[in-house]
Amino acid sequence: MKRIALLISLVICFATVALAKEAKPAEDPQIEQRMRALTEQLRCLVCQNETLADSRADLAEDLRKEIREQMKAGKSDREIIAFLTQRYGDFVLYKPPVKSTTYLLWFGPFVLLFAGTGVLYRYLKRRRELIDDKPLTADERKRAEEILRNA
Amino acid sequence: MKRILLLPLGLFIALVGFLLIGLHRDPHEVPSPLINKPAPAFQLPQLHDPAKTFSVQDMRGKVWLLNFWGTWCIACREEHPLLVEYAKSNAVPIYGVDYKYTNDNSDERAAAAQFLAEVGNPYTLTVYDADGRISIDYGVYGAPESFLIDKNGVIRFKQIGPITEEVWNNKILPLAKQLNQ
Repeated sequence: MKRIALLISLVICFATVALAKEAKPAEDPQIEQRMRALTEQLRCLVCQNETLADSRADLAEDLRKEIREQMKAGKSDREIIAFLTQRYGDFVLYKPPVKSTTYLLWFGPFVLLFAGTGVLYRYLKRRRELIDDKPLTADERKRAEEILRNA
Repeated sequence: MKRILLLPLGLFIALVGFLLIGLHRDPHEVPSPLINKPAPAFQLPQLHDPAKTFSVQDMRGKVWLLNFWGTWCIACREEHPLLVEYAKSNAVPIYGVDYKYTNDNSDERAAAAQFLAEVGNPYTLTVYDADGRISIDYGVYGAPESFLIDKNGVIRFKQIGPITEEVWNNKILPLAKQLNQ
């Protein structure tokens, strides 16, 4: 009985510790919400397939802290993104900016689409020219019917 | 007609080529926006003597290597023996930033001093970045990371991950020699 009581008190103890840790960041719901929205568009560089919002990496945690502080200091989202790209490059952005080095990325698919449409159009046009749909002459029809009858 | 049939095949081979190149590239090597930019300024307490500080300004006129590390970082331990060896050659002075994340409640400063005493100290000087704030300014995300900084305080080269023999001999040393001229 004593042991069980000890166990229960231990569990409660740990649970409150865990709760305390979870509850810490929720100091200002407005800033928390803004930070969440912003960090969902940003990449965590430690585990690259995770957003900065979801990552549990220590660096992500520190960056969220940094972003939180900058928001409290009245920085705009744009300023915070500039702060991050100055340090980590455009790679932190899940949506890359449109600039000369990313033209191929942004417009490549459209170029391919237009090129593909062009090739298809030319191909279809040429095919129509190749297969020209002439009606049979009376003579040819007679021969064809004969071939069919003999078959 | 035949040429058109070969086009998709050609495109496919090109695509496979790109994918093959992609397989051999390390996605963790992100080009740093800090190359050819002035090294972010900082003034940090020294690891061994908190009363004294060190700043980037102190290194004007010198070509030097700034290495970000921590005792919590396994790859840094891997790199360490090489750094000790290279420091002995006196080719490029190596300065260290020992840093930790805010989540980490351990006494990194003591651990780092002990680590250096045990396995050798390659650093001319080490500073202590207690909340990782300076490592954020340098865009460090995969410790160890090293920055080669020129006489004007401009970052000329960045190594993400451990320095290897190849990187030291083929990249850092030749560049340092050139910058020292």
